[in-house]
Amino acid sequence: MPVSLASYLALSAILFTIGVAGVLTRRNAIVVFMCIELMLNSVNLTLIAFSSFMGDITGQVLVFFVMAVAAAEAAVGLAIVISLFRNKQTVNIDEINILKW
Amino acid sequence: MFLIVASLAIASALLMILQKNPVMSAIYLIANFFCIALLYLLLQAQLLAVLQIVVYTGAIMVLVVFVIMLLNLGDETKLTEKFDMKKIISVVLVTGFLIEMVYIFGFSGDGIGRMPMSSQAANLGTVESMGAALFTRFLLPFEVTSLLLLAAIVGAVVLARKQS
Repeated sequence: MPVSLASYLALSAILFTIGVAGVLTRRNAIVVFMCIELMLNSVNLTLIAFSSFMGDITGQVLVFFVMAVAAAEAAVGLAIVISLFRNKQTVNIDEINILKW
Repeated sequence: MFLIVASLAIASALLMILQKNPVMSAIYLIANFFCIALLYLLLQAQLLAVLQIVVYTGAIMVLVVFVIMLLNLGDETKLTEKFDMKKIISVVLVTGFLIEMVYIFGFSGDGIGRMPMSSQAANLGTVESMGAALFTRFLLPFEVTSLLLLAAIVGAVVLARKQS
């Protein structure tokens, strides 16, 4: 039985939701960061599924760019985590509130 | 095949957000990335399946594990992960979000979820066709990506440097 587009979309919706749940419930900045990567990946899966089912390469090219942006985001985000940890000795996002006044 | 890989992906994602130890979370996330790469192969996107493994599990996750090691978080499992009101609210919100998305995808009415796989899908994901698209139609975004990566390198170095 061929797999339908709807099942790929449902899978990526579930993965995205798990990522959102992780971002909302976890307190460790690095785990929150990994959940964001999970969300990026589920959106990539949606793009590739549409690209394959519609026979258009634009979706796959977009996934290529999303991967480049994700790599840049990973480097900068982890650098921010390192400098936060150096200043506050914690990665608990409840204690990191220097942007709040 | 799809069902096995999909259930593995969901299981590893769930295990990832339920683990207390960030290193175990990272390992389950790597398993999840491998499952997603397999799904890309099932969708006949060969180049992106390889890139998924090389870029995500090879580069990004190594960076994440390296930072976990650098900050010595492996033993810091006591990080006040307590069950409180905020978590209940967020789980309710997330469930609503999932129902909404499944509703949009499943009942959009125009039958888009049941369309067959495109006949030329096998020719789309090859290195040849991706390269042709990247260097002709998408040449400008491709070059702009290099600027983005340069900015990211400089930004990461500036942020992670010791303040003097």
